[in-house]
Amino acid sequence: MQDGENTMDGNYACLEEMGKEKSYLIKGLQSVQKHAGFISDDAIKAVAGYFSMPEAEVEGVVSFYAQFKRTQPGKYQISVCDGTACHIKGSSLIIEWVSTELNINNGETDKDGLFSLETVACLGCCSLAPVMSVNGKVFGKLDRKSMIKILKEYRNK
Amino acid sequence: MNAPDIKMIKIGTASCGLAAGADEVLKYLRENLKDTRIEEVGCIGHCYAEPLVEIETASGSFLYGNVEPKQELLDKILACDTEACLKLRSERTQKECLKVTALAGKIVPTDIDEYMTEGGYKALTKAISMSSADVVDEVKKSGLRGRGGGGFPTGIKWSFLAAKEAEEKILICNADEGDPGAFMDRSLMESVPHQMLEGMLIAAHATGATKLFIYCRAEYPLAIKNLSIAINQIKERKLNENINGRTLDIIIKEGAGAFVCGEETALIASLEGKRGTPRYRPPFPTDKGWSGYPTMINNVETFANIPIIIAEGAEAYASLGTEKSKGTKLFALAGDLEYPGLVEVPMGITLAEIVFDIGGADRNNVKAVQTGGPSGGCIPVEHFDVAVDYDSLGALGAIMGSGGLIVIGKNRCMVETARYFLDFTHRESCGKCTFCRVGTKRMFESLERITGGEGTQEDIEFLEDISVKIKKGSLCGLGQTAPNPVLSTLRYFRNEYENHVNNKQCEALQCNALLDLTVNQDKCIKCKLCIKNCPVNAVSDDFIIDNSKCTRCNTCIEVCPKNAISRVKRGEGFYSDAEVNCG
Repeated sequence: MQDGENTMDGNYACLEEMGKEKSYLIKGLQSVQKHAGFISDDAIKAVAGYFSMPEAEVEGVVSFYAQFKRTQPGKYQISVCDGTACHIKGSSLIIEWVSTELNINNGETDKDGLFSLETVACLGCCSLAPVMSVNGKVFGKLDRKSMIKILKEYRNK
Repeated sequence: MNAPDIKMIKIGTASCGLAAGADEVLKYLRENLKDTRIEEVGCIGHCYAEPLVEIETASGSFLYGNVEPKQELLDKILACDTEACLKLRSERTQKECLKVTALAGKIVPTDIDEYMTEGGYKALTKAISMSSADVVDEVKKSGLRGRGGGGFPTGIKWSFLAAKEAEEKILICNADEGDPGAFMDRSLMESVPHQMLEGMLIAAHATGATKLFIYCRAEYPLAIKNLSIAINQIKERKLNENINGRTLDIIIKEGAGAFVCGEETALIASLEGKRGTPRYRPPFPTDKGWSGYPTMINNVETFANIPIIIAEGAEAYASLGTEKSKGTKLFALAGDLEYPGLVEVPMGITLAEIVFDIGGADRNNVKAVQTGGPSGGCIPVEHFDVAVDYDSLGALGAIMGSGGLIVIGKNRCMVETARYFLDFTHRESCGKCTFCRVGTKRMFESLERITGGEGTQEDIEFLEDISVKIKKGSLCGLGQTAPNPVLSTLRYFRNEYENHVNNKQCEALQCNALLDLTVNQDKCIKCKLCIKNCPVNAVSDDFIIDNSKCTRCNTCIEVCPKNAISRVKRGEGFYSDAEVNCG
């Protein structure tokens, strides 16, 4: 990587805010992802360099935790909750409807890079099941109609 | 416009309130009542009525539920309209016992002065005036058991750490509330962060801990925000100074989405920046934990109980509850019931009281409850007279768990519910133990076959056999409990499994492969919405659903304005491809 040093100054400057001890690895990855939206191959190299550890070890931690994304997510990240309460209340249908509506599968990003879809274990708003969140904003008591309306609003933003 | 008689307006803006639209209500009220004090508070537990607004006036306070950012709300508020108030049902208020959540939703979570006015940090002062050993004894006497689900006596755990001599001793708050369907800890952290932190500081004094961590799920941004603010206030007030002769720092670390990190040794590995893989015990964390130092882990709700025990005394605390389970327990009630939310009840209350009286579930429509999430089990309605405590729920093949309580209605399939939990656990298995890694996957595949109409009697036998082996052959709680949902549904609802396997029928009409869709021609008004919306063109021009094409996506059922489309037993629908119809 020719621009390895440049990227450290730019995209990965957030790493400098924390100690170099390995216990900061997850925090480091979280701030890189917050900054760039996902963990790129470059990011793995930069993080491994910063904490002086093998890239494989960093990759090992990244692949272990569900939070870390290895591909660029869409502008609007849809997380459909599939916690127990939501599941009981039909979240699998919500996932299917969102998937049909956006023409993408769970874990994918649409071709315009506008929406990406994932299921998450629990957003902790069980009393409003079924719920989904778009970029962290939670929408509760969903049915097909309200789900389509929400997607439409984001599409027109 | 202003409202002179109103002292303060409180809006519940915990995550559930926000999800129901509390932020819009807050914005609307702030724009329209510029001179009135409007504060954001936490969750009072009545989630079914979110967003909630409480008005404090000279003549008392008024609570309004399901509010919308409209003129109508302003009118109600300005008139202090008592008719429009949310009536809290006496069935619930009589059974509930608000101790740990007494301040939740009543005070501004991030205002330390309000917490102190309500008696906050008095327990810490009292604890510091006592010797460490006396504090540990008090907790022992209270009979408090770990609220994370394990139920280990908290005082005994504390005494293990207190007995250690080491340069650093670590105290960790497990706030990685991973059970899907549980939100007690989220609510406590968002609504009364100081209470939990006070508990941690008392624990630090009692055990001699020198480093304090909170390991919180990244999915709880508001909890993390409120805790961070609260920690800064603690530092400003120097409440963290001079504990064991040191100034203690409290560090929040965000989890990164791994259920197994709720397990102690996995949590410690994750805090060290590693993959969250559990390890063999001994050495136990209290001997060798974070970075090799003696470490003790307690759950959020456990810590939140501590200030109450110290302030009221162990005896008063232990007067609530059953012989072996003391105090109160928080339950996150959700699923098929009228009034979902967060409830706090004394140990020993019956499940029927929680589900029917407090939750308002329909007695004729409840099949079971699921406790303890993916590690727990289901309890059928016949056993709802059981008094809830750690031991009685264990005897029924379920567990107390952290407090998620999902009510399952008669229209839900228990095999599908078991499949759902195994889908979760097989993906969350860290992969270290073969039985857990491969076994849960095989169980999941077997359940997929059964719910998919391909199951055989051998699948049921296999599930029973492998369950025992996974429990024995796994190192940590995840594997040891993963088969529980299957074992308990097999114990109480074996007939459902057999109906799927032998008759290829799902009584609850939930398993897609075992049901058909059909249009009731008498109800149909020929509006064509189903035809227009069907993604696979399975509805013909004369409104007949071709079940050979239909994917059971339910879109037609949702769009039908007359509820004319329904799920029926497999074989009762129309198939253009007649061979599939043989059932």
